[in-house]
Amino acid sequence: MERQPLLQVRNLRTHFNIEGRWAPAVDGVSFDVYPGEVFGIVGESGSGKSVTALSIMKLIPDPPGRIVGGQILFKGIDLTALDYADMYRIRGKEIAMVFQEPMTSLNPVFTIGMQIAEVLQAHEGLSQEDALYRAAELLTQVGIPDAERRLNDYPHQFSGGMRQRVMIAIALACNPSILIADEPTTALDVTIQAQILELMVELKSKRADAAIILITHNLAVVAEMCHRVMVMYGGKVQEIADVYELFGNPLHPYTKGLLQSIPRPELPEYRGKRLVAIPGNVPSIMNLPRGCKFCTRCSQAIERCFTDEPPLVEITTEHFVRCHLVQTELSSPRILDGQPLAQTV
Amino acid sequence: MSETVLLDVRDLRVHFPVYAGVFQRRVAEVKAVDGVSFTLSRGETLGLVGESGCGKTTVGRALVNVLRYVSPDVFISGSAHFYDAGGSSVDLLSLSTKKMMPYRKRIAMIFQDPYSSLNSRLSVREIVREPLDLHFRQMSRRERDERVEWLLDKVGLQPEYAERYPHEFSGGQRQRIGIARALATNPDLIICDEPVSALDVSVQAQVINLMEDLRQEFGIAYLFIAHDLSVVYHISHRIAVMYLGNIVEIGTRDEVYFTPKHPYTRALISAIPVSDPRKRGKQRIVLDGDIPTPINKPSGCSFRTRCPIARAECARLTPTLEPHSPTHFVACPFVDQEFAIINEEENGLFQ
Repeated sequence: MERQPLLQVRNLRTHFNIEGRWAPAVDGVSFDVYPGEVFGIVGESGSGKSVTALSIMKLIPDPPGRIVGGQILFKGIDLTALDYADMYRIRGKEIAMVFQEPMTSLNPVFTIGMQIAEVLQAHEGLSQEDALYRAAELLTQVGIPDAERRLNDYPHQFSGGMRQRVMIAIALACNPSILIADEPTTALDVTIQAQILELMVELKSKRADAAIILITHNLAVVAEMCHRVMVMYGGKVQEIADVYELFGNPLHPYTKGLLQSIPRPELPEYRGKRLVAIPGNVPSIMNLPRGCKFCTRCSQAIERCFTDEPPLVEITTEHFVRCHLVQTELSSPRILDGQPLAQTV
Repeated sequence: MSETVLLDVRDLRVHFPVYAGVFQRRVAEVKAVDGVSFTLSRGETLGLVGESGCGKTTVGRALVNVLRYVSPDVFISGSAHFYDAGGSSVDLLSLSTKKMMPYRKRIAMIFQDPYSSLNSRLSVREIVREPLDLHFRQMSRRERDERVEWLLDKVGLQPEYAERYPHEFSGGQRQRIGIARALATNPDLIICDEPVSALDVSVQAQVINLMEDLRQEFGIAYLFIAHDLSVVYHISHRIAVMYLGNIVEIGTRDEVYFTPKHPYTRALISAIPVSDPRKRGKQRIVLDGDIPTPINKPSGCSFRTRCPIARAECARLTPTLEPHSPTHFVACPFVDQEFAIINEEENGLFQ
């Protein structure tokens, strides 16, 4: 392949100890993120998408959680093997994260300026004065008017949308190679969501080699923003494809179900029709089925689905699906899980 | 849909006092709802949309007359006439707690958060039976229990679940329990406050379908309060859009969704991301800034601080809802004149 991935995740397994039992929140997740792309991770609550993100940042609370297996190769370094001090140099500098809750992810007792400057002082070795000067520039960049004066404000003086802009400013302070955005607009109103998405696209366009991992449950946000998409369910990757391919030719029954269950008034053929819902409920990670994780809700499930977990197979070029019913068209299909990566450094 | 009016709300205003300082003096008022009028027919669904802080939830709560328990010195004016099948009506806002009681069985509510809106100490049977215990005392205990099981079946839950407790259920199942409770007294109107926004996508569709089935079977009217316009379009006959305590546009769902006139509605609809990557890059009207607080509303038209077509007059004129079709009303005097300009900027977004 001509492009070298920026981030390679192979067989990542993050388990949580709940009342003495180990629950597989993320169980064998493999994907690549390439420079310059917006990579979407979609899934419902409990599908493991946020845990995947936190595993990459090594921010899984231990106990109860633990990365029990797999590799996360970032520019050739296996993040899972790094100790706290080495990870500290990468987190916030090379890989930064924006969280869902703009209300709780800022510290209420420090000024906005101090919180942006903190990152710059820690990673770039700037003096406080220089860091604050740079912080004002960053605030202007994310569209906060009168930035210099607002450096002295506290988070409660900002609205939800403004706080999310501050979070983005903090994340971008050190010009990271990867920005992980975990449901960055879910807590925001629609008109504010449009502002934030536009800001992310604009900032992305300024740095061609950086990547964004966008985690969301909102398929429309994925359709607007992402180049490639990974669909998760029950702690496993169910489908990975280019965004046009995923929306135009979804192969996994779960992906199809998700696409059908959203109201889409802009399409005349959907208008006024009954929604096609996926029956049943999202299973708890304590109680996942043995075979395919989706078998309990799948309308097409065959006997084999209940006993054997299908592998994640390349069906057409760069389109991976985990389903017994989908036959590959390729003569030498790749199977994404199961093959560990050679460490290059 | 029958055309008999069920609810007629006129000029509803709800102002909450704001206290500050050592002596807790009254320093300002939050004009949460500031002159809202609409009607709702029997068996009709009216979607009420708007962003956080626009007053949509307060409208719902004012109608069931519970605001005085939330804030004893709330100021409420206007009227909300509730019609019975015979055509006689009563103003809900004027009723005392005692006189309101018989209407509580005819107006039910479904809440957003399926986790906090069910009492965790009561079994499902007790939760769903509670309205029956209050309003249907003439029924025997056994009849009430049978009705609970019938209701659970109606909302797609197995009657065996009746003895379980809320924590044993998922979000979607809890919302079904909430719907069964609302349905218990056979209401004419259910006020649904963001009933599906806390649910997962795949489960959201189930609940929307269930609500639509129940409306058709029992002829219930819904006041469907939500922020997601695609969901509201799907379930509603008519849609009202609120901004800072006022309805800025109201019409049939197609009028509001496909030919929106008010600049706020246009921005709101253009801000919705479309689930189709091929339609990416559509021109957006991205509004600047945030919603002003309802404590210090801008003078004149409250949307003028973010409006792309605002003029000097907008600070003086308080717009009223003017008809654009027999069913379509818009609170902006300039939409027709400025229509062409916006359209050009949008590159035919609303074709």
